[in-house]
Amino acid sequence: MSAVTPEIQRISGMRRFKDKGVQALVYLAFVIAVIPLVSVLWLVIANGIARLDLEFLTHSMRNIGARDAGGGAYHAIIGTLEQVALASVISVPIGLFTAIYLVEYGTNGRLKRSISFFVDIMTGVPSVVAGLFVLAFWILILGMPFSGWAGAMALAILMLPTVVRAAEEMLLLVPNDLREASYALGVSKWRTIVKVVLPTAFTGIVTGVMLAVARVAGETAPLLLTVFFTDSINNDPFNGPQMGLPLYVFDQAARPNDTAIDRAWAAALTLIIIIMLLNLAARLITYWRSPARKR
Amino acid sequence: MREGGSAPLSRSAFRRSRGDGPFRYASTGAGILLLVIMAAIAVFLIARAIPALQANTASFLTELTWNANASEPKFGIGALAFGTVVSSFLALIIATPIAIGVALFISHYAPRRLASFLGYIIDLLAAVPSVVYGLWGIIFLVPFMRGPSQFLNDYFGWIPIFGGDQVVGKSMLVGSLVLAIMILPIIAAISREVFLQAPKLQEEAALALGATRWEMIRMSVLPFGRPGVISAAMLGLGRAMGETIAVALIFPATFTISYEILSANGNSIAANIANGFGEANDIGRGALIASGLVLFIITLLVNMAARWVISRRKEYARVAA
Repeated sequence: MSAVTPEIQRISGMRRFKDKGVQALVYLAFVIAVIPLVSVLWLVIANGIARLDLEFLTHSMRNIGARDAGGGAYHAIIGTLEQVALASVISVPIGLFTAIYLVEYGTNGRLKRSISFFVDIMTGVPSVVAGLFVLAFWILILGMPFSGWAGAMALAILMLPTVVRAAEEMLLLVPNDLREASYALGVSKWRTIVKVVLPTAFTGIVTGVMLAVARVAGETAPLLLTVFFTDSINNDPFNGPQMGLPLYVFDQAARPNDTAIDRAWAAALTLIIIIMLLNLAARLITYWRSPARKR
Repeated sequence: MREGGSAPLSRSAFRRSRGDGPFRYASTGAGILLLVIMAAIAVFLIARAIPALQANTASFLTELTWNANASEPKFGIGALAFGTVVSSFLALIIATPIAIGVALFISHYAPRRLASFLGYIIDLLAAVPSVVYGLWGIIFLVPFMRGPSQFLNDYFGWIPIFGGDQVVGKSMLVGSLVLAIMILPIIAAISREVFLQAPKLQEEAALALGATRWEMIRMSVLPFGRPGVISAAMLGLGRAMGETIAVALIFPATFTISYEILSANGNSIAANIANGFGEANDIGRGALIASGLVLFIITLLVNMAARWVISRRKEYARVAA
């Protein structure tokens, strides 16, 4: 009998070794992932703080000479906020309704299969291609001007699949028992979706939408092709070239002066702060609406 | 056959409500609009690409150089397509294992109180715009990677991909590293959300039966999360191929086909569009749109492959469950 016991202990030791080994790898993965973040944020803050002042936030680049210090990103901040807001207004309703169709209404017919398939394909639509599409369709063929709206359309195309996939993934995780319980109480399908399914999936959907916004707010390539550049303030996103913060970073970074590089870093810092505030807001909404908190 | 699809009740089984019709039409309409947008992208890219392709004096598919603005336009996609595919897969190979580790760390290893804060930190990595990664890459990472690149070349040069006579800072490896950093948070965030949704009862049952944490994860969390992780990796691959500004700054923008990732090789379709758009004339723009069309087709093929993997793995997950 006594011969059995050490054998069990030996296996147990191996299992413990594997467990600790995986734990070490998982901790290591997190540390590796944080290193570039710390490095990027440190460089952006250290280099950006010098020019991030009131003048930078309230002035445009109008009448700023090639080698002048001064000037700011007010026009770019306005442009980015308007473009991202418009893109969200276009893509979030379409994306959410598409996800609801895929999960709740679509039977396994051809339409559902093809929509689901093309959401996957759309996921891989590169930002430049979205920009090229709006350029070809809106600007070259319809003859519309470069504008913030054109940029917003390109950004919306990029947001759409991310919103659909995130919302769909979360709707699928809502247990069928909840739906059936609601139906059993005589609640109609659309009220079940609005009152039971969506609130249950809310947290995950907000996370997905915020990741989509964070993704497009920093996109440069589609803006390069659709919004164009301007050094002046243009509050109207439907008329004439605008600026965007990522475009501003790209534009300033390409100029061979230290004053321009300083502005690029300051604009990068501004952009990161805006995106961080958006993220934080989403976190707070998620926290307040979390079902765990109501228990 | 997905979980949570239409309920196995016939429609007459529950009472109809006035809102049901409009809600159903809005959902279906949104789905159809998405199809229309996808079709429109293909149609309008083809419409603008055809004139340029007709003016091309070389074979678009095999030509390596890009002289689209010349009076006798001569351009081809060969080197660009090669660079796009190789750099994106390199980035995916670097990023995916780390991203899964990060997701597991936050969902199952980190202390509960810290977990959501640590998750927020990884979300911040996704919030950093690509143009900022581009600046960081060119100012910090390119000089920083000279040493490690030289080391790889000196000691592992016998492996073809690390070979080559001239090790440079702006290489395909450094570009892929930046791509990997950019796609990691997307993969990690979605994997984390899926891991967190893994059935708690199964996890607790595994632990109660004496499984270690790793055995519990392997038996209940990973099979549950696999389709989610794969769809996350797919989103990451799509993003890697689409990243433009960062790689436009870092890749040396050569038109060569070579597996030596430490040498001055590396370019991508997207980077070429960003670099070339400024000085493009009408034919040049058409040529860039044609290259965008190829990028569109490559991503279509990649996504079809990914979708095949998911449908296959889902059956595995179902069997294991």
